[in-house]
Amino acid sequence: MARALINLPKTAKAGDVIAIKTLMAHPMETGFRPGADGRILPRNIVTEFVCRFEDEEIFRAELFPASAANPFLTFTWVATRSGRFSFTWRGDGGFDQTETASITVA
Amino acid sequence: MSTRSGRSAMDRRRVLAGAAGATLAVALRPAIAATLPRTETTEAAIRRFLGDNPIRPGRVTLDLPPLVENGNTVPLAVSVESPMTAEDHVRRIGVFNEKNPQPNVMTVHLRPGAGRAQVSTRIRLADTQRITAIAEMSDGTYWSASADAIVTLAACLEG
Repeated sequence: MARALINLPKTAKAGDVIAIKTLMAHPMETGFRPGADGRILPRNIVTEFVCRFEDEEIFRAELFPASAANPFLTFTWVATRSGRFSFTWRGDGGFDQTETASITVA
Repeated sequence: MSTRSGRSAMDRRRVLAGAAGATLAVALRPAIAATLPRTETTEAAIRRFLGDNPIRPGRVTLDLPPLVENGNTVPLAVSVESPMTAEDHVRRIGVFNEKNPQPNVMTVHLRPGAGRAQVSTRIRLADTQRITAIAEMSDGTYWSASADAIVTLAACLEG
């Protein structure tokens, strides 16, 4: 399992706009770069990122080789109720990882 | 007097360093172009994103450092003026480049509850070029903004 970093406030007031920051440790090999032997290294990138709140999709990103290594994404969401966010990264070579984070809304 | 001559020596050094850098950039550019054939033109990728709809300038803000030292990781932030309500929100934001091997940078899909249409990430830039962000609104209009970045160390050459 690759290492994922997720940063969002643990608690929020109802109606607050919260910032969600995510980072996935991944080489994001572009598929355009030659390796040490001069041959092009095969593409190995994260192609899709989805964030859900209580099974409802709230944010989705399609990524391309132009993403830097360790893809980092930040976005916002309005906290309305307590619940659980799930974050899924999918990519080349069957890469598929899901992490979760909870928020308590007062 | 001595300080003035010191400063002019500095200026001369800076000019020389700049000239050397420019020569290096010119020397490297054809090599990049030869090794990286583009998969699709930027125009074709943008056309695929917006169909036959017209694009209007405005409402979108694209933040990109004007001078990039390392093209392997360049911070990029896009925000769109929108209340992000169910009636009026940003549906998608597409970011496109001019000179990377592939024209797409990313496409994000937003929902009305996002509060703000504000996304940031880090990207790769293979060369000095213009980046364009296009936002698709819920009413079907498209708005765009562009930003230029000068890249001194290109992605794909090292690291």
